[in-house]
Amino acid sequence: MNSIAICAEHLSKVYDIGARQERYNTLRDRLSSGLRSLTRWKNRPAASNKFWALRDVSFDVPRGEIVGFVGRNGAGKSTLLKLLSRITDPTDGLARIYGRVGSLLEVGTGFHSELTGRENIYLSGAILGMSKGEIDRKLEQIIDFAEIEKFVDTPVKRYSSGMYVRLAFAVAAHLETEILLVDEVLAVGDAAFQKKCLGQMGEVANKEGRTVLFVSHNMAMIHNLCQRVIWLKDGRIARDGAPSDVISSYLAELSQMSSTPLAHRTDRQGRGDVRAVAVELRDATDNALGHPVSGQQVIFRLHYRTEPGKVIRNCRVCITVHKAEALYFLLSTDLVDKTQIDLEGEGTIDLVVPELPLTAGNYDLTTFIQSGPDVQDWVDRAAEMSVIDGDFYGTGRNYPPDWRGATVLVHHSWRHQKYSGQLL
Amino acid sequence: MSLVHTAAIPSLTDNQPVVLIRPRTGWLSFDLEAVYRYRGLLYFLVWRDVLVRYKQAAIGITWVVLQPLLTMVVFTVIFGLFAKLPSDGSPYPIFAFTALLPWNYFSQAIARSGISLVSNSNLISKVYFPRLIIPISGALGPLVDFAVSFVILLGMMAWYRVAPTWGVLALPFFTLLAVVTAVAVSLYLSALNVKYRDVGQAIPFLIQFWMYASPVVYSLHLVPAKWRLLYGLNPMVGVIEGFRWALLGNARPDFAVMAMGVVVASVLLLGGLVYFKRTERFFADII
Repeated sequence: MNSIAICAEHLSKVYDIGARQERYNTLRDRLSSGLRSLTRWKNRPAASNKFWALRDVSFDVPRGEIVGFVGRNGAGKSTLLKLLSRITDPTDGLARIYGRVGSLLEVGTGFHSELTGRENIYLSGAILGMSKGEIDRKLEQIIDFAEIEKFVDTPVKRYSSGMYVRLAFAVAAHLETEILLVDEVLAVGDAAFQKKCLGQMGEVANKEGRTVLFVSHNMAMIHNLCQRVIWLKDGRIARDGAPSDVISSYLAELSQMSSTPLAHRTDRQGRGDVRAVAVELRDATDNALGHPVSGQQVIFRLHYRTEPGKVIRNCRVCITVHKAEALYFLLSTDLVDKTQIDLEGEGTIDLVVPELPLTAGNYDLTTFIQSGPDVQDWVDRAAEMSVIDGDFYGTGRNYPPDWRGATVLVHHSWRHQKYSGQLL
Repeated sequence: MSLVHTAAIPSLTDNQPVVLIRPRTGWLSFDLEAVYRYRGLLYFLVWRDVLVRYKQAAIGITWVVLQPLLTMVVFTVIFGLFAKLPSDGSPYPIFAFTALLPWNYFSQAIARSGISLVSNSNLISKVYFPRLIIPISGALGPLVDFAVSFVILLGMMAWYRVAPTWGVLALPFFTLLAVVTAVAVSLYLSALNVKYRDVGQAIPFLIQFWMYASPVVYSLHLVPAKWRLLYGLNPMVGVIEGFRWALLGNARPDFAVMAMGVVVASVLLLGGLVYFKRTERFFADII
């Protein structure tokens, strides 16, 4: 009992989806709907739509343990971290936390672009819960860790995105709390820096007996870092145990899940004013395409549906093609054309790839719709695609089949020059 | 910067729950102690607001000097010269400026603090800290401008050869009353603004309306005596009257109005805290 860091009992969180959609309503709407319901009280709005983001979740975490949380989008991982970091209250249940909690739910929380690196270290540090003395003491270390010595007194708006992320994470990595809650923040940044952060986190956890709760979609990272993995599914704990066991059963379920029709999937994120309801593949003559072939023209067709009567302005529509954690490519309407799209009612967006640059294998498609700054709909692994090897290069030759793994095919040419002894 | 550090990891000697997370039911716990514990963050948020404001402005700190001076000039020309409003025996410019000093503070404080929760929504949805810190920091930031304006006022008093009275010692009290009123109003506005975004748009109008309901351009004595106590329900009346009395040695200070201001501001603050605390738990969900 003495060694427990977190004890969660029957934690539940309900969101009122009806209320959530109402959030941008104006006072005037509120008043007029109030009047309407007075005058036409028969015409009551439908019973509010409750969504259990988390339901009856109980677990104990011993001090010094690193626990990974896996699960699809919308399974409750982020909600759980928000409850434990006291950002929002549970609807039911309780948790006891023995120690100071630091939460990293975002990279660069509280950063202000007008302020310099040094100023942001103080600001972000204070927001994450460090005292001024603590930051004074660690300032040099943080600057070293982020590798930004020369730019400490430059406003961060002039930083490259890499520098920004490094600085933001460096502050967070020096947070000295007994308990650390980390949500997917390591997904950003270059690989070398990710490794460094993992090193720092692991080191701190081992040396100081720090407890870490870690949410990620990166199974390799979870596997390397965690001693225990909890799989959340539809707001409940599906499995809790050794990393390799839980991860393999989670991945097995994932491949099954993608057979659910896209329109009925609930593991999506975003405001949902517009949703992807189906994804299909078509060939150059607009016939349905079961198995695309390398080098063939492929149309990725996304069917969308908006909330009745709503026009969703300034949209961008994306499909990413990936496999496990490797991202192969991203198709996005705003990358190739600056016109932004207004969506209303139902329709399709075609993303056309003239020559499919993939080798044989199974790939996952993730759909993403954004309007202005708002994520509207994001479905991880919305569909699958199985590619057959084809004559991509037009030479009758393929990527050597005995080479491991799938890859992206790239058109290229070559030339040969001989040293003639007359170098200019 | 001091290099003294206070606490590394506090050792947990006992097994008492440090934090208990559960649904909140009570509505009379203000948890002001938590605000005190997070005073470091409060300091940094005020510091950030002040820093950012001057970094973004092309002429920087000059604004703080120009803004009240220009307002005073406009008021002097329109209300003093054209409308010939009485100014209780002081030169009109200084009469107007003594009122603009607390008024500008108050209007800036509620303009900024009223939308502070929404403009800091990224913090609210990603980090825990006592939410009260946000509107309080918004209401404290403009004190910097207030201090600068105060120096200008001292200069003006020297120019017009107005000698302060012993009443000057009461200035911190009236400043505090202005801060309390600003915080109280901001608690309602900022919390309402989370749910109803039109509150943010109504604030400039509210400020304009409120200014004419306060004796900024005119003297309190223009208000008929029988209405004066009712008029004093606006705490800024007491604040401005207090400033004029303390700085200009107004011969006929209305202490009843000032006392009324203190009572109303306290009630507003208490009500604001209750309202804020009751709505606070939903901020992160709906912001």
